Amino acid sequence: MEPAISMEASSTDPVISARDVRVWYGTTRGAIRAVDGVSFDIAPGETLGLVGESGCGKSTLGRGLMGLLPPGAKRDGEVWFDGKDVLSMRPKDAYRLRGVELGMIFQEPLTRLNPLLRISDHFEETIKQHDPGLSKDEIKQRALDALRQMGIPPTRYRSYPHEFSGGMRQRLMIALALVLKPAFIVADEPTTALDVLVEAQIVQILNDLRRNFRTSLLLITHNVGIVAEACDRVAVMYAGRIVEQGRVADVFENPQHPYTRELLRSTISLRTTGLNFIPGSPPDLVDPPDGCRFHPRCPEAMAVCATKNPINIERPTGGRVECWLVGPQEEIPEGGTRPLKQEELAVADEA
Amino acid sequence: MRKFLKILAKPFTETAGLARWMLVIGLAITAVFVILAIFAPLLAPYGFAQASADGVKFPKAGAPSGDHWFGTDRLFFDVLSRVIWGARTAIEVVILSIVICVAVGVPLGLVSGYYGGWVDRILVLIMDAMFAFPSFLLAIVFSFLLTGLLGGTVLAVALSLSAIYVPQYFRVVRNTTVSAKEAAYVEAARAIGASDFVIMRRYLFGNVVQSVPVLGTLNAADAILTLAGLGFLGLGIQSTDAAEWGHDLNRALADAGSGIWWTGLYPGLAIVLLVTGLTLVGEGLNETINPTLRRRRLLPVVMSGPAAREER
Amino acid sequence: MPTKPDSTMPDSTMPGSGLGASPIVDVRDLSVHFGLRGGTLARLFGRDAGVVKAVDGVNLALAPGEVVGLVGESGSGKSTLGRSLLGLAPATEGSIKFRGQDLASLSRRSLRDMRRHIQMVFQDPSAALNPAMTIEEAVGDALRVHGMRSAAERRVKVIDALERVGLSPVELFLEKYPRDLSGGQKQRVVIARAIITGPSVLVADEPISMLDMSVRAKILQLMLDLKKDLGLTYVYITHDLASAKYFCDRIAIMYLGRIVEIGPTEEIFANPRHPYTKALLRAIPDPDPGRQLPRDLPRGEVPDAAQPPLGCSFHPRCSEATDICGWESRDLRTIVEAHWTRRSPEEYEAERSLVGDLDHLERPEKSATLGKEGAESARAFLDRVRSEAPDDPMWRGVDMIEDEGSGVRVRFHEGVDPALRRSGGVEVACVLYPEESEA
Repeated sequence: MEPAISMEASSTDPVISARDVRVWYGTTRGAIRAVDGVSFDIAPGETLGLVGESGCGKSTLGRGLMGLLPPGAKRDGEVWFDGKDVLSMRPKDAYRLRGVELGMIFQEPLTRLNPLLRISDHFEETIKQHDPGLSKDEIKQRALDALRQMGIPPTRYRSYPHEFSGGMRQRLMIALALVLKPAFIVADEPTTALDVLVEAQIVQILNDLRRNFRTSLLLITHNVGIVAEACDRVAVMYAGRIVEQGRVADVFENPQHPYTRELLRSTISLRTTGLNFIPGSPPDLVDPPDGCRFHPRCPEAMAVCATKNPINIERPTGGRVECWLVGPQEEIPEGGTRPLKQEELAVADEA
Repeated sequence: MRKFLKILAKPFTETAGLARWMLVIGLAITAVFVILAIFAPLLAPYGFAQASADGVKFPKAGAPSGDHWFGTDRLFFDVLSRVIWGARTAIEVVILSIVICVAVGVPLGLVSGYYGGWVDRILVLIMDAMFAFPSFLLAIVFSFLLTGLLGGTVLAVALSLSAIYVPQYFRVVRNTTVSAKEAAYVEAARAIGASDFVIMRRYLFGNVVQSVPVLGTLNAADAILTLAGLGFLGLGIQSTDAAEWGHDLNRALADAGSGIWWTGLYPGLAIVLLVTGLTLVGEGLNETINPTLRRRRLLPVVMSGPAAREER
Repeated sequence: MPTKPDSTMPDSTMPGSGLGASPIVDVRDLSVHFGLRGGTLARLFGRDAGVVKAVDGVNLALAPGEVVGLVGESGSGKSTLGRSLLGLAPATEGSIKFRGQDLASLSRRSLRDMRRHIQMVFQDPSAALNPAMTIEEAVGDALRVHGMRSAAERRVKVIDALERVGLSPVELFLEKYPRDLSGGQKQRVVIARAIITGPSVLVADEPISMLDMSVRAKILQLMLDLKKDLGLTYVYITHDLASAKYFCDRIAIMYLGRIVEIGPTEEIFANPRHPYTKALLRAIPDPDPGRQLPRDLPRGEVPDAAQPPLGCSFHPRCSEATDICGWESRDLRTIVEAHWTRRSPEEYEAERSLVGDLDHLERPEKSATLGKEGAESARAFLDRVRSEAPDDPMWRGVDMIEDEGSGVRVRFHEGVDPALRRSGGVEVACVLYPEESEA
């Protein structure tokens, strides 16, 4: 393996490292470049938050890492896990890897649980499939263990999914994902469908994961607040690319990419004193804009942004960013720094 | 004009693969019969109950010849003319019965599904009872009753056919209405002050009738068979009132033994063709309209790059 | 005795709240109950499966030009209350008056006519628009149902409304179908449809929660602009305290069909009183990375509204609950089950055989029996549970534990269902804030 770029210095080898991953979908209009050249590493026990507007490729990336994509999609690049490239594996091996080493948590837990099976059946099935040697007692032991850690009492072991409340179901899903002690979990908007207080509970659980399980987590969310509370590092995704990544405190306190800054500014929080928003909407990924994909909406776009792809460089305080404002200066052609004349963005292009 | 052309081209532009060919072939076959039906007086060489021309009597059960391409039957009628006029009868009956079905089934289904309660329960009970009855038997009973009342007219037969199919329209529309009325846009319509009638007409109707065209064409195919069946049993339209394929088949039964094949073959062929055509249209439409069956025409993904892998 | 919120409307209300003017909408003691359908068997035998008190004795008066926020989780009744203002959810008890006229006294026809004055914006703009109607038809239909027959006249008004909500150039949108529009654009269409009949009150039910972060602020800004231009009064229904803080003059926090705290926005945020309000404030995810994670979140979830907790509805989740908050059998079950999540499987099995099944605790009662191996062991078990979390508020509610049959009976203190009472600048329904003596 030859890392295309060197990531932040880390004492341990990353659990998962993605290199130049691309996932394209076929449509009637052409290929949607949902993920278009994404690289990142996740260290053991680390939580990486993936944020961005809807339609920027967050979920596609998450599923792509798991090898869960609809027919007709194509992917490219490398996802290294435990010395193997997940993307070039035979489907059978990839299937075996999922669940055991790679787990997934979805937004709507009820759609992922079989309504006719008891919770005990769900666990037994999952554990047996990947650990056929275990006795019935050992299986139950492990299942109850996982449930307990999620705060689900053992009295509920024989219940059916519909007998649980929304938050309990999401705890169940997390317990199911964790029961095989995977090294890496993708959680796709796990709290979006939940109530405010329950959402906070689940965020707390996810936050505790790294301490209790040493599981690495890719947390996909549109809520920058959740990233701030539950993640170590953050990757900001826009139009199929990760435009900025780094430690959460770093990135949120001192965003280098205008998109990161505008996304933070447009979030309504308790400290909001004025309303800010990003004009326009994410581009059509069948035919994304030339150069930096954010340039039509960027308040600080320069002439170079519309013509030349920005270069992925080290952030001043660690992490990566791709934006011409940060540099490298020597790559910007003559006159490239003058402000770009943008078309007026009307509501007609709004998200 | 362009809009019209666009609609005409729809079977091509909005379908793909098998569905497209089913639809196009089905439409072509159906169109031939519709043209025959509309222009029967011009296309048919003789009348459907004409036994002589220019004072010359037709031969009795004459084999196909230059004067009578499809031959003549025992009643001296020209078989080709009867097949063409028969198309007119069939299309008339089918269109009329489908119109009656839609006119009765759709509003009843809407009202039943929208209001629910005892209205719904009673209507569902009646319709289910009708649906549970063997359909052909139902058609026979109704045509007995109605021909006694209205005579062996197209209307009487169309009405008895409708009795079979109304429950299907009712059920489809009622069930989609029950789920559609929970949609937020219905609540939104109520919030702007729309009355129940307006909600049913402008908000629900357009969203619940989408499966009716498919049902209509599939029922049309079935109706042709039922009509022929009634005619074969000697019920419904009499041969002197109109040409009817099933009726002709019945009379051709006796001919088959004596080597007179043309009186049976051509009406039979007409039935098979028209039923096939309508079924193809129905199934093709179903594939096109029904989103669960629809396969989008995805353009292949071509990644520039060395090793793009395809998902299975 | 609960005081009516209108009479206690603090003097510090936002400017423009029409102080002194009579309320434009006046809700008094409103209850909206829904009958439950129950299971198949219950339906077959026509048994009554009980009622859900979606809204349970709510008082609310809207001053003209005011923005009132209804904030709560699912099941709080905030949406039902909003819908009942349009007569979409009929009142079981109490009254809703619009400009002095009781909605319940109106005929169906005049109720429909009245809706041109109170309009609604929905949460999911994709679902709130008829997929079979063009934008022009959808927006114009609000006029059509109120008797404007001429399509040309309607078109003029539709164009004006679309321009007002910022959908210009209008020609780009008139012929479009909802599916051709982005989420923000669809929400603008929904707003255009709501304002086209010239309403004075707009009920906005989570208008931004389904939208992308980047457009939420834009839609809120649009609503603020419209309020200024058209002199609207808003009822803003949301689960998101952050947007309510920015948007509302007054906020009512709702829990399980009741208003538990109501007052001017600044006061609610500067000095939250009800433990539920405090919990909601703590739970808002904040993008400020310096903020500490809230560690003391309320446990559990919103309870089943068909069988609400005794006493104060919030007491099972409340960290500040006292002895008189309405402790009951189900709370004991929760505590025991939580205890078992901390035991090893062997200990759990042993304890389980000691106390048996807990299903009999599901019926809400002021005392509960526990144990089947004698009073001694049951007491010992309860002691173990208690020693693990001695500060759990439930133990404050235990009056006495007495021997009974093969185990013990745990008796709880008599609970109080707190009424909304004035406290400082707000009103709050919590036993921690008893009636203020009139100074």
